[in-house]
Amino acid sequence: MLVVKCPVCGAEGDETDFHAGGQAHVRRPASHDPANISDAEQRDYLFIRHNPKGLHFERWRCDRGCGKWFHAARDTLTLEFKAFYGIAELPPRELMEQANGPWAEYFRQRLAAGTKP
Amino acid sequence: MKPRYSVFSLARNAMNYHKDWERAWRSPNPKPEYDAVIVGAGGHGLATAYYLAKNHQMTNIAVVEKGWLGGGNTGRNTTIIRSNYLQDASIAIYELARSLYENLSQELNFNVMFSPRGVVMLCQTEHEFRAFKRTAHANRLAGLDCRMITPAEVKEIVPIINDDSNCRYPILGAYYQPRGGTGRHDAVAWGYARGADGLGVDIIQNCEVIGIQRDGNRVTGLETTRGTIRTRKIGVVTAGHVSTIMDMAGQRMPIESQCLQALVSEPIKPVIDCVVMANTVHGYISQSDKGELVIGGGTDSYNNYSQRGSFPALEHTITALVETFPIISRLRMLRMWGGIVDMTGDRSPIIGKTDIDGLYVNCGWGTGGFKSIPGSGFVFADTIANDRPHPIAEPFGLNRFAEGRLIDESVAAAVAH
Repeated sequence: MLVVKCPVCGAEGDETDFHAGGQAHVRRPASHDPANISDAEQRDYLFIRHNPKGLHFERWRCDRGCGKWFHAARDTLTLEFKAFYGIAELPPRELMEQANGPWAEYFRQRLAAGTKP
Repeated sequence: MKPRYSVFSLARNAMNYHKDWERAWRSPNPKPEYDAVIVGAGGHGLATAYYLAKNHQMTNIAVVEKGWLGGGNTGRNTTIIRSNYLQDASIAIYELARSLYENLSQELNFNVMFSPRGVVMLCQTEHEFRAFKRTAHANRLAGLDCRMITPAEVKEIVPIINDDSNCRYPILGAYYQPRGGTGRHDAVAWGYARGADGLGVDIIQNCEVIGIQRDGNRVTGLETTRGTIRTRKIGVVTAGHVSTIMDMAGQRMPIESQCLQALVSEPIKPVIDCVVMANTVHGYISQSDKGELVIGGGTDSYNNYSQRGSFPALEHTITALVETFPIISRLRMLRMWGGIVDMTGDRSPIIGKTDIDGLYVNCGWGTGGFKSIPGSGFVFADTIANDRPHPIAEPFGLNRFAEGRLIDESVAAAVAH
């Protein structure tokens, strides 16, 4: 059983008190350049998922608490949570360094744009 | 070819205290090069190899497997076979699979114990009743043998069901597919393995793929823990682990891996001689020949590679089934386990070519892979041999996600996962 902790209201509970929302940090192409979205970009946004065996960045919702969405980093093999962080935040720096796939690029861009970890 | 299994071979071997049975398949070392390599020796992979060898005369092929054959989801499912999906494309492939199951034991000379004992899908809300009625109409138009049945008929087919009309989810009727049923999951893997091996296919177990070699946009071989294998055709059939293999080739997939659990009770006398699925309350049940009740439910909602599910999902399933079948409330459960299923956005499989030449994929069967093994292998073998999708596989290509041409079975699945 997973024990989840909401970084917004501090509520802690098992997975039935929360809602798993899938992969985090997926860019929505329409938010950036609504006039020029290719079918491939829209496919990537809607369906393509980075599905690693290991460190996974994901979204959760505090269903029975404050109702807010937040982020978590979790290992999909051991099911161990590595961090909980806010919806507008980036994960701790050491986790960003372990990130692979599209997340590595995403974190690089966000850090370059001045977002604090 | 191998000596045939028959009542005479049984008698002959009995004379010898069963000491001289031939091995069902060899354990060869990998050759340096094959015409095609299938990754994953589960039911789908072995069926693909079998049909490649039998229907397309491709016998210089190998199946590589990280663990042991049939040790993944093929040995972890609840063995239900049915074909009552909503969309025409789905009906075509699942019905092909179900009809191939009918003669599979004869075809493979291996008893896969296909038992068309009937599948009853309960309607426990008005909405569900209407949805299944729609599915029944769609299925009958496609030529499937099925019908809606009344609560009285449900009670006759499944006497242990709770027919109290005042309970939380009363039985309002059911969808009934009399030709659906169950099979013996391990035997399907073993039968296809023995059949493929007899046709010359090398089945290489304990051989994990650790890299895919490419020359430009074309695959040229595989790196494995037992050396490099050159090949120009690779079929990836690794279910929940498809993303990790495809990452090696740089092919991104619309797949999320989640855990689906099942459990069996202690063996009891026969109480249920069909398959009952209860969609609204999330549970399905049948009884094995050993007398164990085989129970399955919904997936956990988060990504998971651990092959270990959560207790809330189990509790949810058991609660539902105790309400539906009060007789089982004091049964003890013997074993529970999890399998990693490959979920697509539209809950339909992906069969066909990829963006990389020579790399083929068959995955995304999610929670419904066992029932489709013969059909899936049949069309995927044809796809690999001819380097173009088989007509039945064509709607299930990877391109459907970019084209927005989804085959939505998320509401037509037996249990909403």
